[in-house]
Amino acid sequence: MSGRSVVHGSFSVERHFPASPQRVFAAWASEAAKARWFGDDEEFLASTAVYTLDFRVGGRERLEGMLPGGALFTYDAIYQDIVEGRRIIAAYDVGIGGRRVSVSLMTVEIEPAANGTRLVLTEHGAFLDGLDSPEQREIGAHDSMDKLGTYMAEARGEHV
Amino acid sequence: MERLGRGPASVTELARPLPMTLPAVLQHLQVLTDSGVVATEKVGRIRTCRLELERLEIVQDWITARRHTWERRLDRLGGVFAGDEESAP
Repeated sequence: MSGRSVVHGSFSVERHFPASPQRVFAAWASEAAKARWFGDDEEFLASTAVYTLDFRVGGRERLEGMLPGGALFTYDAIYQDIVEGRRIIAAYDVGIGGRRVSVSLMTVEIEPAANGTRLVLTEHGAFLDGLDSPEQREIGAHDSMDKLGTYMAEARGEHV
Repeated sequence: MERLGRGPASVTELARPLPMTLPAVLQHLQVLTDSGVVATEKVGRIRTCRLELERLEIVQDWITARRHTWERRLDRLGGVFAGDEESAP
């Protein structure tokens, strides 16, 4: 498919963390804390050029770097709803090589659970001009590495 | 969807085994055609439905790729808490 197209999809990923909801929320809310697991992800980006987070409703977040294949990767988010310790909703778009490949609505729900916190991330996405998506090639191939295998199996079992 | 996996079918054929009214079936079909995973074509009085397989695969590929991205990130987030615990007194 060489022309313009849009497909819609949604998925959820659920995790349990051995930490309080406050600490899990804080890992999303502070630029320094989020950079540790989101911004500076050396497995995902060969190099990270920019990571900024202005965590408030209407505030923006940007991640920019180079994918292992050499293409420029950009992630731009705007925060739509924040409930301290409980919920985060953001709209974000992803660009690869200067081309916008998706626009998504992401909801993170955080709640107390036995021995820690349950987190559910749900994404509703409009995926653009899809078939030859560089994201699928770069990320799909990258993630086929077996170290994620067990986690994927878990998540599939929970959500399919 | 499962029925369409065996080949194109008319709306009547699709609705027959389902425990819902024809209007309800049409409503479901509308959602599926809007999302592009089912295509319908009307010949005479008969509307035939078929799966848009290519489209389905695109949706699935996208979801898989994006989901893996978030899974890896959340794995890393979990690693942050594991590290904190180790360093806690």
